[in-house]
Amino acid sequence: MTIYVEILPKEGILDPKGRTVKNALHQLDFPMVSNVLVGKLIQLEIESENVDEAVRLAEQMADKLLHNSNVEQYRVVPVEGVSK
Amino acid sequence: MSVLKPVSYTNDPEITSEIIELHGLSEEEYNEIVSLLGRTPTFTELGIYSVMWSEHASYKNSILQLKTLPRSGGRLLVSAGEENAGLVDIGDGLAVAFKIESHNHPSAVEPFQGAATGVGGILRDVFTMGARPIAALNSLRFGPPENSRVRFLLDEVVRGIAHYGNCFGVPTVGGEIYFEESYQGNPLVNAMAVGLVEHDKVMHAAASGEGNPVIYVGARTGRDGIHGATFASEELSEESEQRKSNVQVGDPFTEKLLLEATLELAGKEALVGIQDMGAAGLTCSSCEMAAAGEVGMILNLDKVPVRETGMTPYEIMLSESQERMLLVAKRGHEDEIFEIFNRWDLEAVEVGVVTGDGRLKLQKDGKLLCDIPAHSLALGGGAPVYKRETVEPEYIVTSNAPTPLNEPTDFTAATLQLLARPNIASRRHVFRQYDHMVRTNTRVLPGEGDAAVVRVPGTKKGLGIATDCNARFVYLNPRQGAAMAVAEATRNVACSGATPIGITNCLNFGNPYKPEVYWTFTEAIAGMGEACRVLETPVTGGNVSFYNESPTGAVYPSPVIGAVGLIEDVEKSVGMAFKKEGQAIFLIGSDQVSWAASEWQIMNNGKPSGRLPELDLNLEKRLQQLLIQGINKEMIQCAHDLAEGGLVVALCEMAIADRDNPMGALLEFEEEISPLHLFGEGPSRAVVAVDVNSIDEFELLAEKLDVPCKWIGTTGGKGIGFRQIFSVSIEDIRANHENGLAAALGIETA
Amino acid sequence: MRWGVVVFPGSNCDYDAFDTLGRIFEQEVRYIWHKDRDLKNIDGIILPGGFSYGDYLRSGAIARFSPVIEEVIRFANKGGIVIGICNGFQVLTEAGLLPGTLRENVNLRFICEDLYLRVENNSTRFTHLCDEGQVLKIPVAHNEGNYFAPPNVLKELEDHNRVVFRYSDRQGKVDEISNPNGSLNNIAGICNKAGNVLGMMPHPERRCDPVIGGIDGQVIFKSVITAAMEMAK
Repeated sequence: MTIYVEILPKEGILDPKGRTVKNALHQLDFPMVSNVLVGKLIQLEIESENVDEAVRLAEQMADKLLHNSNVEQYRVVPVEGVSK
Repeated sequence: MSVLKPVSYTNDPEITSEIIELHGLSEEEYNEIVSLLGRTPTFTELGIYSVMWSEHASYKNSILQLKTLPRSGGRLLVSAGEENAGLVDIGDGLAVAFKIESHNHPSAVEPFQGAATGVGGILRDVFTMGARPIAALNSLRFGPPENSRVRFLLDEVVRGIAHYGNCFGVPTVGGEIYFEESYQGNPLVNAMAVGLVEHDKVMHAAASGEGNPVIYVGARTGRDGIHGATFASEELSEESEQRKSNVQVGDPFTEKLLLEATLELAGKEALVGIQDMGAAGLTCSSCEMAAAGEVGMILNLDKVPVRETGMTPYEIMLSESQERMLLVAKRGHEDEIFEIFNRWDLEAVEVGVVTGDGRLKLQKDGKLLCDIPAHSLALGGGAPVYKRETVEPEYIVTSNAPTPLNEPTDFTAATLQLLARPNIASRRHVFRQYDHMVRTNTRVLPGEGDAAVVRVPGTKKGLGIATDCNARFVYLNPRQGAAMAVAEATRNVACSGATPIGITNCLNFGNPYKPEVYWTFTEAIAGMGEACRVLETPVTGGNVSFYNESPTGAVYPSPVIGAVGLIEDVEKSVGMAFKKEGQAIFLIGSDQVSWAASEWQIMNNGKPSGRLPELDLNLEKRLQQLLIQGINKEMIQCAHDLAEGGLVVALCEMAIADRDNPMGALLEFEEEISPLHLFGEGPSRAVVAVDVNSIDEFELLAEKLDVPCKWIGTTGGKGIGFRQIFSVSIEDIRANHENGLAAALGIETA
Repeated sequence: MRWGVVVFPGSNCDYDAFDTLGRIFEQEVRYIWHKDRDLKNIDGIILPGGFSYGDYLRSGAIARFSPVIEEVIRFANKGGIVIGICNGFQVLTEAGLLPGTLRENVNLRFICEDLYLRVENNSTRFTHLCDEGQVLKIPVAHNEGNYFAPPNVLKELEDHNRVVFRYSDRQGKVDEISNPNGSLNNIAGICNKAGNVLGMMPHPERRCDPVIGGIDGQVIFKSVITAAMEMAK
């Protein structure tokens, strides 16, 4: 089963990468972009048939290792049809 | 056994004339392969020949020229081309291994990874010999900095170098950056590494001993960079933009592990030979080791650790995945080797054995797929050797003719303008992105001197290291320009107090099949050889990069020189900064200056033109002696070579080189000064500051060495001034010099 | 003192710390491999700079789960001296021995340069030989040195004088211009509540040998060593 852990800078925390991308988009004539956050996506292949179980495991992994709660927030998303 | 004929692998394409052409092999070369094998090659074999006979691996169009360079003598321990990098003795049972190499085309297409893997490759070349890298440098050339693509390329190249070098833990201590129209479509990214090894721990790239195991270590093999070696041997086109799959991804962390594990092998009896997998990966490492040891090798490709499924023998052999090495162990001692690599969490797998028949044989799925005389693949063996046609390009005559030029009238304005020029301004914006201090041996940091000075740990010694090439000079006069590049790189080293002991070169030229390009190449080699002979700096090795062309034409001929020098007492080495008030400033060396290809001339005329001032290599040698002796006898407190921008620019750079304690100078010229005197450029010149108590002694030494030596002023004050004629303040020098590059690149200064 | 320098596979300033302690300060020093747990006969631990496990996820994130760090946490909780330099500081925050996080530099570039640090607290055992407000010239070399902590944590650090070093100018003025990486309150180094764990982004070990450009880093090691000698009496 494929699970995404989507990690973004926590709300309200300065995100220099996001700011840089936003400026670039404005220069490229996308003034309607009001905010950009740049984070990371971690794709997990979890040996499990049960979605809830897999999500619960992924959340444990995110809490323990994958994200830093000081500056990052995350979301666990089960994905269908991505698995290789 | 040998009656078995190799077969093609499942789904391998037929060998057609189209396939042959796609592999960059000429008809003549293909016929040679058929005659060597006595049959049609398999697809795997064709791939192997194509990479080994490519320019990049075979040096087929350059080797005859390279052989004219002085490649032995002095402190040189192995002759150029014999090992991965040159090896020069520095006493105390130590040797320095160093080399420079290009990664131009990969960097043009994917600048971050291209530059990063360029650094990774050159580091591997050095530690494959058992030497721990102690310094890295790089020489970069781009189009004009206003161009947005150039800005992107520079930014990404610098990030790539920083990423790899910083993570690996080698200090990136110096180098150069030039901006010039001619590199617009084809940037040059040359990386140099310097390492240290104990004489008795040098490792060799040769296989021997029938029955000995061949062991694959490091990262797994993927489909990266297949055909990188032939890619490097073609002109860049719009098509190559779309060939991103050619570019390998580097992993400096794995490289660090590979370094530590490899160095543990040094001096161990269990090791017979070792070679890194660079361009042409497993192919090049296996056949070169076999050819060097005059043995054969049989590899079982089923055993090669792969990252992707369904890889064909062709792909496995041609992959340029990074951070891999091939080694030969003594049979019965392989466990010792496995233990070391496992401790560093690296894979190590026996993939074959050394044989006595001199042939490279490959098996997969129980089939024989390749059976080639190893010797026929290798440089110096059966690889083709060509001498190409030469024709002097027409531009040489026209561009050497005098062109009208507005000489500077307001000297203060001219000074400030020159200081902010992208080719002169401070490189701080770039070098602060490199960790130039890690391993705590860097004594003269980037920006502080003409050469970086790195202590040799465990001794009192130090190495002075620099790269240089003013390609504008080489463009106007390839022979003299190349000699001037050698002179300047070694002079940079001498300005630190170190005695040059050898050079490495990275020869960046256009398409060698164009007679005009080949003429510039042969001329440059001739000039380089002459300079190396007079200056007694053998060429320890290097790299040729042809096909540096883009739709707008060839790059300026750019024979980049990396020079290494030795200083016995590192504490005596100096930088360029004025240190103390009231010291005497001398201009030493040649009085030959001109506007030809000077920064002022380019700024006003756009393209280099005019005749270069005369180069007297014997004077150059005496000048370097004066610098070295003057510094080591502690008469000279700081020294700076005169290069782009000429005398006044050099003085300004000396004034601000110590960021915390800038110090100006009051100039006094005994004769009438001309703009040419202040801003013109010429070889074999330097400025030094001498302690008042040493003036007589210094002048005597200069006289003894027969080096012209003129007192031109005294250190001190808050700017550089000359009577009422001109005066620039430290603040203005700084504002222009420090921010010039970032401003040209449109970057906010940090 | 008897020192241990922790070696992760991607450590690259381990040699620098080892050489500085051994050659410059003539201390007893040994390397401790990241898979080892043996901290016997050690009085001080250095977590050196580098890229512990490649740091592709987050600096120090994986290192905190290594066997050696579990022991270092125990060692620190028993009052042992621990100094985390650069990547070592990042590991200490990930391991929870120090609060906060080192984020990517605000200019999104690696920065290697000599900088000035003002000593904010000269009563710690890492700085007691410093003058009050002394300014040290010590280089940084990092991509993630931008110190961040939530407001309550920051307040606690400030209220309890746990900010040991701040980026400043040469005269000791702390302002935005002297902040190289965006760190909150110009923080360059902090210590734990008990005062036995120091984390700092600048590299004092790079400024201990006069042959390579300055000795401003010496005072930090000397402070620790003399404090330990005092306590041993």
